[in-house]
Amino acid sequence: MPIKTGAGLIEKFGDSILRAIEETGKVTLFVGQFFYWVFRPPFRFRLLFAQLYFIGNKSLFIICLSGAFTGMVLAYQTYFGFKIISVDSLVGPVVAISLARELAPVLSGLIVAGRAGAAMAAQIGTMKVTEQVDALEVMGIDSYQYLALPRIIAGTLSLPMLTIIFLLVGNLGGWLVGTKALMIDETMYFSKLGEFMFLADIYQGVIKSIFFGFSIAVIGTYFGFEVKRGAEGVGKGTNMAVVWGMIFVLISDYFLTSFLIKIL
Amino acid sequence: MNLDSKDVVISIRNLKKSFGQYSIINDLNFDIKRGSITTILGFSGAGKSTLLKHILGLLRPTSGHVFVNGQDISNLGGVALREFRRNFGMLFQYAALFDSLSAFENVAFPLREFTKDSEAEISRKVKSLLESVNILENSFYKLPSELSGGMRKRVGLARGLALNPDIMLYDEPTTGLDPITTKMVNELIVQTAKNNKQRQMTTIIISHDVKASLAISDFIAFLEHGRIVEYSTASEFAQSKNRIVQEFINL
Ligand SMILES: Nc1ncnc2c1ncn2[C@@H]1O[C@H](COP(=O)(O)OP(=O)(O)OP(=O)(O)O)[C@@H](O)[C@H]1O
Ligand SMILES: [Mg+2]
Repeated sequence: MPIKTGAGLIEKFGDSILRAIEETGKVTLFVGQFFYWVFRPPFRFRLLFAQLYFIGNKSLFIICLSGAFTGMVLAYQTYFGFKIISVDSLVGPVVAISLARELAPVLSGLIVAGRAGAAMAAQIGTMKVTEQVDALEVMGIDSYQYLALPRIIAGTLSLPMLTIIFLLVGNLGGWLVGTKALMIDETMYFSKLGEFMFLADIYQGVIKSIFFGFSIAVIGTYFGFEVKRGAEGVGKGTNMAVVWGMIFVLISDYFLTSFLIKIL
Repeated sequence: MNLDSKDVVISIRNLKKSFGQYSIINDLNFDIKRGSITTILGFSGAGKSTLLKHILGLLRPTSGHVFVNGQDISNLGGVALREFRRNFGMLFQYAALFDSLSAFENVAFPLREFTKDSEAEISRKVKSLLESVNILENSFYKLPSELSGGMRKRVGLARGLALNPDIMLYDEPTTGLDPITTKMVNELIVQTAKNNKQRQMTTIIISHDVKASLAISDFIAFLEHGRIVEYSTASEFAQSKNRIVQEFINL
């Protein structure tokens, strides 16, 4: 039996660093291709609309559901905290601001990574192992342009829309709980909104969601193209797309927030 | 084998390809006759698919040249390369039909991409292509998942032929099929070659199947360790003096 030595560990560590660097390079090239293709014909609007519909269709229901319950829970939690210091008139604005800046973009991002990001990796991965991607190339069609581009554009456009829907439904949920269950005065619930909430709050959420949508779609399509062989490979690629999509949303959220707070 | 240069459709000169330190194609020279059915045989891992990918310009040579219709494709790039590939039709091992499109739409796909045909014209062409590979009307609008393996191959062949390719490639067309479907696919290859004889379409087949190759090919090449070690007419091939070829034939 081989004995584990320190050198072996260091080698392993070095190996994973090299792999990380290589992977980063590949992803950078992958993103580079997006900017190469995005302004070049042929523009495949039909595929773009199909992807927009697909992402919306996959996520809309669960976005509304999560939005409603997030807003409702948030109203509850805030109310019981705020009642103690008698500022329950501020529940509406707090719910709205929390949703706009953080909860709507991040939760929508996590949902879309789990549903649409996974589906992108699975679809492209399956096409890869069944040689459909080769079939496109042999016909003289660029597989990136045909498969990745519409998905990435659709991801970038649809996540902000889903985030805004999340925000609206969330506020509706908060309002319902606040006024019907907690008996905050109906006219008062949103009355302080103008005082405390600014367009910048919404901008912050929307800008983040654009970035998340782009990243999730890049990650989903990237792991799709990385699938090597077999059904097992497709499963692994799908899994990677979800895990990395979610990790990316959570980590980049921190950095984006600290950056956007300074400039907005 | 010596071919008259005006008969040559594909000409490979001193082709070398290595992946990292592994040399897969070693100084390969090979001419393919226009209008012929030429089969490339070889053991698994001999480099057959690698050679095919060079002919399609999907891989770039480490050194050497690939000429198709007299044009050196080894350094074509981007748009020119994609235009060039339209000379080819290809039937993939598992047909590689687009699984979200019906049989009809799969065959229509290259026509929609690369021609300005009207919808009526496309419909007429697709129907005649599908009929030529014995796909019946009631299967036109089925998805690939609803078709049998043999039917998928036939639809794949129809799609490959849609743009009237100069060169039709078959990657292991019968590997993994039952004997009856194998026979049918082989007959279809011959039939397709016949149908396109007068426009001099060339057929290139990659295969493991010696018996079928002897029966349907005009020429057979044997690839071993990245070199063509035997290349002759089908009838001469069976009499090859090469020890490895004999071993392969008598397997
Ligand atoms: N992209 C690649 N990178 C590294 N090695 C490769 C690559 N493609 C092929 N090879 C290697 O080249 C050799 C020849 O592969 P190739 O697929 O051309 O063989 P083949 O004759 O088509 O075999 P089969 O009948 O099994 O399909 C194999 O050893 C394979 O591992
Ligand atoms: Mg092969």
